[in-house]
Amino acid sequence: MSNETLTDADVEAIRRDFPLLHTTVNGRPLTYLDSGATSQKPTVVLDVERAFYENRNSAVHRGAHWLAGEATEEFENARETVARFVGAAADEIVWTSNATEGINLVAYALSNANAAGPQYAALALAPGDEIVTTELEHHANLIPWQELARRTGATLRFIPVDDAGALRMDLLPEIVNERTRVVAFSHVSNVLGVINPVAEIVARAHAVGAIVVLDACQSVPHLPVDFHALDVDFAVFSGHKMLAPTGIGALYGRRELLNALPPFLTGGSMITTVTMETAAYLPAPQRFEAGTQRVSQAIALAAAVDYLAAIGMERVAAHGTQLSSRLIAGLSAIDGVRVLGAFGDRVGLASFDVEGIHAHDVGQFLDDRGIAVRVGHHCAQPLHRRLGLTASTRASGSIYTTEAEIDLFLEAVTDARTFFGVTA
Amino acid sequence: MSTDDLQSLYQELILDHSKNPQGRGLLENPTASSHQLNPTCGDEITLSIHVANGQIEAIGWEGHGCSISQASASLLASLLPAQSVTNADALLHDFRAALRSRGTIELDEERFGDAIALNGVSRYVARVKCAMLGWVAFEAALAEAQGQAAAAAAANRPDAN
Repeated sequence: MSNETLTDADVEAIRRDFPLLHTTVNGRPLTYLDSGATSQKPTVVLDVERAFYENRNSAVHRGAHWLAGEATEEFENARETVARFVGAAADEIVWTSNATEGINLVAYALSNANAAGPQYAALALAPGDEIVTTELEHHANLIPWQELARRTGATLRFIPVDDAGALRMDLLPEIVNERTRVVAFSHVSNVLGVINPVAEIVARAHAVGAIVVLDACQSVPHLPVDFHALDVDFAVFSGHKMLAPTGIGALYGRRELLNALPPFLTGGSMITTVTMETAAYLPAPQRFEAGTQRVSQAIALAAAVDYLAAIGMERVAAHGTQLSSRLIAGLSAIDGVRVLGAFGDRVGLASFDVEGIHAHDVGQFLDDRGIAVRVGHHCAQPLHRRLGLTASTRASGSIYTTEAEIDLFLEAVTDARTFFGVTA
Repeated sequence: MSTDDLQSLYQELILDHSKNPQGRGLLENPTASSHQLNPTCGDEITLSIHVANGQIEAIGWEGHGCSISQASASLLASLLPAQSVTNADALLHDFRAALRSRGTIELDEERFGDAIALNGVSRYVARVKCAMLGWVAFEAALAEAQGQAAAAAAANRPDAN
């Protein structure tokens, strides 16, 4: 397996695995540039989910019959596959519905530490403590921390961005300080596509004894990611952005931290002994997996991971870099187009503003040509406000995105300016 | 270079109104006003009205958003002033019905005038909300104005206690 990028022939072969890419919109072939919102799914992932229901469907971690054993084994194998893919041990991977649930799980477990008894006191937050996030976060990595601060009396602070959208790393030593208990930030911005300086932030957070929570939604699908190497304490990602179905995601947590946290959701399958008064809890990950789990989705996520691993994440990342360069060079060459965050190492997406045309209208024009992009604030209102915008247009690619599609998209953005009469 | 559908959505009149909107600027001492936000795109409109003697006397609005939302608010501000409250209410009702009809109901030119340029929107389900933003603000402002009028009438009734 080479570390080079995907060739045109590779991408064409990959495209044949994705049925939906061969549909037409408004009489034109679909050009899907909204993979940052959700990716399309290869047939093998869909087949694996269906095969589970046809051959091995039963409840996992309960029941002594043959089928239950088969299902449990496949479910736990999926955990191992996904753990290996992100540089974690299997018992450090907790299944969630998506990244949003993973972040909420950590935030609620932390506030449960305030009431769950003396053994959890070390994790409890109180007035005077500080939680730090950044100005470029997706709302999913902002609002749970606003709410945690509200519940515990802790103060929420953030690392601001500069006019270009880069994190103000010069302010890091002041903002992350001895009062800081949690530092939550994204590996890759879902708006800018820029890879944030994880090592520097983690080093500072750990130097002051804070827990690091990494939103890896836009990195795990597009880059080789190793949570142990990154030395983060928690990390979350969503399956549906990485070729898997909706309804499945994962929370990574350092083993000792996961086992030191009180549970979030409680109920069946997460306990050892239960009396009418109290219950004792299993170690992680079962401690955080109350109730019937998303079995077929977890198995499908493992199939998606196998698919990506077979291509090789180095090549996936190289393809993303290539898409990003073409997007940024092309958009920057169009009059009146401002690319947001056109700097640094990036994944294959770009958000931009077309002067004089609202993002919704840009998106509508592109849709007329069968080009699907995201328009709006991309769940990052504070970042848009900081950059002087309400909304932007985002084109985001994946392994199945061709350079020819990027060129079609660029041509359409140019034509949109003519259509809406904003050319000079 | 673009399909007929797209041309019918973005008619010349829509683009004109979005670039040179009518009725911009909030009224001083309005009878009522309403702020409406489209949470998916962040577009927002604040619309204020003067209502007296069962008539819409004036409408003023401000906000920002896509060409459809801006043009629609502009067309509303051109159409509704000087209408009776009853008529305005009926126009609002029929406007909503047409926009939600997926192209099966057309706005009547005699009643809606230039606002029929918005007919194309009803085939774009995702854009109906954009076109409705100003109209929903008008609806809320009118409801508030009528609530005030009802409360005032009740307070003035001789048997009020």
